[in-house]
Parts: sequence; C-alpha cells; structure tokens
Amino acid sequence: MARANRPVSGRQAWWLLATALAASAPLAQQVPLWLSLAATSAFAWRAALTWRQWHLPPRWLLVLLVMAGTVGVFLQYRTIMGRTPGIALLVVFLALKLLELRAARDAVATALLCYFLVLGQFLFTQTIATALLAGLTVLITTAALLAASDDRPQPWQQLRRAALMLAQAMPFMLLLFVLFPRVQGPLWGLPQDRFSAVSGLSDTMAPGTIAQLSQSDAIAFRVRFQGAVPAQSQLYWRGPVMPAFDGRSWRVAQTRGAYPAVPYAGSGTPVDYEVTLEPHGKFWLFALEMPATLPADSALTIDYQPIARQAVRNRLRYTQSAWPAAIAGEKESPAVLRAALALPEAGNPRTRAVGATWRAQHGDDGAAILAAAESLFNQQLLIYTLNPPLLGADMVDEFLFDTKRGFCEHFAAAFVFSLRSAGVPARVVAGYQGGEVNPVDGYLEVRQYDAHAWAEAWVAGRGWVRIDPTAISAPSRINSNLAAAIPAGEGLPFLARAAWLKDLRYRLDAVTNGWNQWVLGYNPQRQRDLLASLGMSAPDWRSMTAMLSVLCGAVMLGLTAWILRNRLRVDPALAAWRRFTRRLAKRGIAWQSWEGPLAFAERAAAQAPLHAAGIREIAMLYAGLRYGPAPQGSDLERLRRRIAAFKP
Amino acid sequence: MTYNEAQKHIIHQSLRPDPMRLPELEAVLADINRIILGKERPIRLSVACLLARGHLLIEDLPGVGKTTLAHVLARVLGLDFQRIQFTSDMLPADILGVSIFDRGSGAFHFHPGPIFTQVVLADEINRATPKAQSALLEAMEERQVTAEGETRALPQPFFVIATQNPTHQIGTFPLPESQLDRFLLKIELGYPDAAAERELLAGADRHEMVANLRPRIAPQQLIDLQNKVRAVHASAALIDYVQALAAHTRTTPRWQAGLSPRACLALLAVARAWALLEGRDHVLPEDVQAVLPGVIAHRLRPADDVAHTDSHAVAAALIEAVPLP
Repeated sequence: MARANRPVSGRQAWWLLATALAASAPLAQQVPLWLSLAATSAFAWRAALTWRQWHLPPRWLLVLLVMAGTVGVFLQYRTIMGRTPGIALLVVFLALKLLELRAARDAVATALLCYFLVLGQFLFTQTIATALLAGLTVLITTAALLAASDDRPQPWQQLRRAALMLAQAMPFMLLLFVLFPRVQGPLWGLPQDRFSAVSGLSDTMAPGTIAQLSQSDAIAFRVRFQGAVPAQSQLYWRGPVMPAFDGRSWRVAQTRGAYPAVPYAGSGTPVDYEVTLEPHGKFWLFALEMPATLPADSALTIDYQPIARQAVRNRLRYTQSAWPAAIAGEKESPAVLRAALALPEAGNPRTRAVGATWRAQHGDDGAAILAAAESLFNQQLLIYTLNPPLLGADMVDEFLFDTKRGFCEHFAAAFVFSLRSAGVPARVVAGYQGGEVNPVDGYLEVRQYDAHAWAEAWVAGRGWVRIDPTAISAPSRINSNLAAAIPAGEGLPFLARAAWLKDLRYRLDAVTNGWNQWVLGYNPQRQRDLLASLGMSAPDWRSMTAMLSVLCGAVMLGLTAWILRNRLRVDPALAAWRRFTRRLAKRGIAWQSWEGPLAFAERAAAQAPLHAAGIREIAMLYAGLRYGPAPQGSDLERLRRRIAAFKP
Repeated sequence: MTYNEAQKHIIHQSLRPDPMRLPELEAVLADINRIILGKERPIRLSVACLLARGHLLIEDLPGVGKTTLAHVLARVLGLDFQRIQFTSDMLPADILGVSIFDRGSGAFHFHPGPIFTQVVLADEINRATPKAQSALLEAMEERQVTAEGETRALPQPFFVIATQNPTHQIGTFPLPESQLDRFLLKIELGYPDAAAERELLAGADRHEMVANLRPRIAPQQLIDLQNKVRAVHASAALIDYVQALAAHTRTTPRWQAGLSPRACLALLAVARAWALLEGRDHVLPEDVQAVLPGVIAHRLRPADDVAHTDSHAVAAALIEAVPLP
C-alpha cells in the first residue's frame, strides 16, 4: 500500500481545492450562511497551507472542528438526518478533509466526497443548468482523481484525459439510463419539503388573486394535442370550481363527492391530448372543457373537476380527452343546484335588485335571464384591467355600477352573483384560458399569466353552460391573449409582451420541455413505451437486466474493436501484399514475417522462375508504395490488379 | 527458413538491375574490389559508412588488407590520406599537432598533426592509452581540433578508419562502449576465400596498383552524395521497423543492453546510404537488415555472450525475432 501512503503534492492539493470549490459552491444557497463562511475559511486555510507550505493542523484540532460543525448543523436543523442537514454535514466533512490531506488515500476520499456532493445538488434542483454544472464538476473531480495518481501532466492534459474517460463512459451511461429497470416515483423525489412554495391557482378566489398570477410567466402545464390544436377561444382549462361565496371570496365546495367515471354522455369528436403538469401542490388536474375521459388515478368531483388521488407534488404527465360540446349536468342533483344559488344574507343591493327585475320579467326562463345578464355587462362598458381600484363591502355593486374596472375574477364574480340573484344556479370556474403553441416542439405552453376565471350557469335542458363575462368586455383576452386585452402601459411580465424575445424563449422552453419529458420524466411508462416501440412488449426486469448486460457487453466490444482497429489500421498496400504472400504460400513459397519485399521476391523468383517477372514487379510496386516517398494511388490500383491476376 | 538461408538465395544477385545504381559509385566500388579481392560486402559497407558521414572501425587480424582498404578508398575518392600507428607511448600531441617556438619569427607556430587530413587510418587504436584514444575520438565527434587554446576545423570530408586487434590479444586497452558508439559501423574483413587469395597471390603488386589508381569522383561530388544520403526517404513503416528492432533489444532479456537512440540513428543513417548505393530514393527493410551487423557489432551483446560472438549471427537472430510491422 505504498501508493496509498504517498504524500499529497502541492499540485494535487490545488486540484482537490478546485474540485471542492466546484462541488460545494452550488450548494451555498442551500446551507446556512455560517456554514458557507466556515467552509470558505477552511478552503482559504487549505490554499494558504499549500501556498506557504505550512504544516497541516493537528488531528485534535480537526476532531474538535468536526464536532463543532456537527453540533452547528444539529442546532440549525434540530436533526442531522434528512436532505439539507445531510448535505450540510457533507460540506463540513469536505471542508475539513481538505485540511488533512496527508496521503494519496485522503486525496481519493476527497474526490469521492465531491462526487457525492454533485449528486446532492440534484436533490434540490433538476434543471438542465444543474445537469451541465454537475457535468463540469464531475469533469474537474475526475481530473483531480487522475492527478491524485499522477500529478506530472499539465492541468489541461488532466482535463483532456478526464474528458476522454467521461466520453468513453457516456455510451454506458446512456444505456443504463434508458434500460435500467425503472421504479415508480420520481428519481429525485424526497417525501419531505418539496414544493413548499409554488405559485398557482388556489382553492379560493378573491379580487386580486388571479391578477397576481398574471405577473408570473412560469409554466403551469404543457399540452400536446393528438390532432390539431383547437381554436384559442375554446381552450378553457377547467380547474377548481367555486360555488361557495361568502360575500368577499369564492371557494370550492366543502363536500368532496366524486364520480369514478364521467357521468355525462358526449357528442362530436373528442379532442385527445396529453398534459405535463408542473407540480403545484394541490389535488386538481386541469382538463379541457368538458372532460371526456379521466387520467389514471383520478376522479371527477361533483363539479366535474378532475382531481388526483394525491397532491401533485411532482411533475405529472397524463393523457385525457375532451368533448367540446358535451352537455354536462342535464339532470343535476338538487343539492348542487342549491349550492349554486346560495347568496350571503346581505350586500350588493343594487345587483340584487337588477336580478329581481330579471326574475320578474322572465320567470324561470334561465336562457332569457342569461341573455339579460350578458346585455347588462355589455351596456355597462366595463374595462378589463390589471390594476382595478380597491373595492369596498358591496364589491359586486361597486364594480358593476361605479368603478366599472376589473380583472377576470371581478367579471366572473359579478356575473355569477347577478345570475344567482335572479334565481339561476351559477358558479365560478377557475383555471387557465388559452396558451401558446411553441413552434419549436409543437407543445402548447400554458403559463401562470394565462390563469383565468369564468362563470357557469345551469339552464334547464342545457345543463351547465359556460359564459365568460370577460369575453363580453374584452374579447381579445379570449381570442388572442392577455397582452392584447390589457391596455398598453400596464405592468405585465416582459415575456407576455416582448415579441422579439419570444423566439429565443420558445427554443429554451422546448429544450426544457424535452429535458422534462425525456430525462426527468423518463418513468416506467415512458420506458415501456420506448421498449415497445423497439419491438419488445412488456419486458420484465429480468429480461431488461439481461438485455442491459448484453448491450453493455456489445458496447464494450465495439469500443475495444474500434480502438484496436485504429491501432492496427492496415495499410492497403500491406493488405494486398499479404494476399499475394498467402497465394505464394499455397505454392510452397512461404514469406517470412521479417523478410523484406525485394529479398523475398528474389527468393521466390528463384523458386518459381516461370513467374519471376510477375513476382518482381509486384514486389517493386509494393516496396514503392509502402516505403517510397509520396506513394501514388494509381500504383496501389496497379498492385491490386497485378496481384488479382497473379496465378502461381 | 532462417535469415542466413534466405540470404543464400540472393547473396550473389543484386536486388535491382545494375543500371539503376549510381554509375560513379559503382566505378568506385569496382576499383576497390579489383584490389581487395572477395570482400564486396565489407567494402560496400565501408563506402556506405563514408557516405553516411560516419567513421569506421575494423576489427581484424593484421595483414588482411585494412590499411590497403583505407588507402584505396582515399585514392579512389581523391582524398588526402594519413596513417597513424597507435602505440602505448603515444601522446595526444602526436595525433593533433604541437606548437613549436620559431626563433626566426619569435613566435609559436602550430605544426598540425597527422589528423589534419581527409582520410585517417588509425591503426591498432587499442594499443594506445585511453588518453591518446580520446584525443582522436573527440576530434572525430566534433570534426575540429582544439590545441593550445585554439580551435581548428578539420578538412571536409573527414573520415576515420580505425583498426583494432581482437581484444583478447596482449597489450591492448579496449575502447569502452561509449567510445565505441562513436564509430558508425564496425566491420570485419576476415580471410579471403581460396579463389580470391589465389588471385591475390597470382596478381600484380598491390602497392603498385594503389599507386596507379585515379580518383573516380571529385571531393565536391562526394559531399553532394553525402547530402543525397540525408534526403533518402525513410517511410513511417520503415521507422516503425527500426523502432521495433530497438524495442526488441530493450525488452527482451536476450540482450545485455538495448540499442540506444543514437544506435537507432546510426542504423537509419547507414541504411539510407545503403539504399543510395542500391540506387533507391527510399529505404527498405532489406537495407536495414544488410547494415544491421555492422551497426550492432560493437553495440549489442547477447546476455549469454561469453566469448566473441559473430556479429552476423547476432544480427540474424535479431532480424528473425522481429517481424516487419
């Protein structure tokens, strides 16, 4: 074990310091500040040790420091288990390991610790940038590991060697990634502290909640349609349905009765699509109105809203289809209708009065009342804006008759309120409207600023009818997008307006989506699909493992053959010469492997005098080609023809 | 099939028709072969050595024609010739020259030693003390002489033929390996065969023949030929072969020590000259094999070598062990 006890040279120490920096820097935002500072001082100490060639700190001091670090982590998190405390402990160990680089084995241990920390980054983020950074860190760590065994080459040589080794490992990595039997569940998911704060719709809606979302250009979900993308004005992504109103905010129904399957019949051709939903921490799934089928592991609430069995804490992919013209709830249960009529005891007297006049005028004719409500919204010349004025207690009245300025939640709330006061069951539906097709990969991208609220009214014989009051005042919101509907000058995410950045952004989004779909979202289902497309239906893990070993072996053989071929690439003239000598060997004139071509030709000519001229010519041609200056391609052709024609 | 057996088939045949060879060199060789009979191959090697700008070491018994060879070479090539008989009481000044006080001019005048010539025959070099030997060897290496603080260039071309008695004879100071390495080639003349010896005995007086020789080429022509040797092409495949030979001597326990890089350079240089003598502009493995005995004779020793081993046998063993790459 003399090699393991070799002292660590200055160059090796620099390598390890660079590696430790690269591996721990991305974790700085995860670990507490005091730890970042402590680790930085340890790195600086290490640099000084190498630079000044000081003595390593005594062992008792390191033991004390390790204990102090562990206690610090414990005090910070009240535990040393779990993701963040574990990573913090590793950072402590790495920083202090650098201070006891005594022998080669310490260098190797440090490098291995760095590999582990690279893995740790993925517990926090899994973006492409993280992967690229991790790849770079792995490269540096590998170079440091190489330097630990031989520190003579220049840094760039070490990096090149490391890159070469990683490139050689790449085929195996890809094979393992694609074929290694997958387990259900996310590769990096940890049960705790995931997605503690993600933006998205909530289960209540008050003035301003959706307007707030319009400031975010984060992706809510991506959709791939099997056929053509429906018209923009049909893209209503149904989310939480909110029948309950307390005078201020709307909220989802408390009782969670659910249909196991879609309870209504559809008509027309269904629209098939696949949603990749970003995690939002809630149960609901978004579906194009009206859902025709349900994704796996989900149910339909009594409000016809698909919900998952578990909160969506990881990126979720599901396929679904929709009937754009389905009649839902033709025979609705009285309880649901009662809930859709409930109004607070008091408030908004003016709207209530208008509702009462409609009731008096049209009686039970829901369709007529709907038309009346639409014409009221039309007459009021309401303005769609991101910055509505603040509203008081009677917010529906104030919006409809005084300020007349509001965002979609104002419109939806006022519309539903007016219908209810006229005795028509109605409710607010929140969700997303529209989305943009990314021209690069064809996915429809629905962002947080596409969040929307609209109304749903129950009309006898027609079931639930969707009415979007925003569309009455600002049709461009529905027909194109938010930016077209909002007056110029109001604050919007840059992206929602800046067309010139969009192309770049589309490409970036397409790359991110590809990463999400095929790398992070490569689950057992995807794996099965891929293998099925390769002609293997439903392989179990045993046959997959067998296939994996066979393929790995094949790749190994291929690589070896390639290297050998490069090493033993045969000069075409030599190949032709060997053919010639084999032919003469059959005649009993064996070429010795050490024999020069002309010498052999003389010997062969002496043994086969009839062919002397031919043998001499071939030997001269070959000698010129193999040993002469500037060999000619035509000579090679001539050599080949002569040898082909040579019949001893 | 051994190397020697294979050679027997072609030993008396030229590898290429004579017209392809350089006529002026063929004339030189013919002249020498007329005087020194039955030694075509060593003579060819010694001319190759000269063309490769190297120095020649001949180890053989007295009376086999070493001096005559040196003399004939100088005459045929039109070069000045000096002979230095090495003895045990010889001093460096006897070779390099000495400064003598001239009463008339009142100054020292340098009297150049016998080394200031184009062809030097250093006879029985291993009879002299190491001090005298090294004076000659340094002049050979640097092609200049430094005496009395002044450096004087030696004439061009400069060619040393040293002879040495077999080392087991009494009263010799064997040259160390590092000094031997300065000789590009070491050859043996050996006894002539019966027919050649008979011709010698029956023929005219050799001294007279040498005296009547006319130069075949001018000194400038010789320098041009030497430059031509350097331009002979050694392909990658051939250099691979030289390296394979060297690698074999270094990695196989069969040899006491492997061929040095300088030995490889020497091998390539002589092989180039041999190729030029064959009238080719590129080196073939045959050329390397032909000159190999002379190159390794004083450089490579088999590990089990107890007595003097024939360098041809050593070279044949090496050739047979290394296939052409």
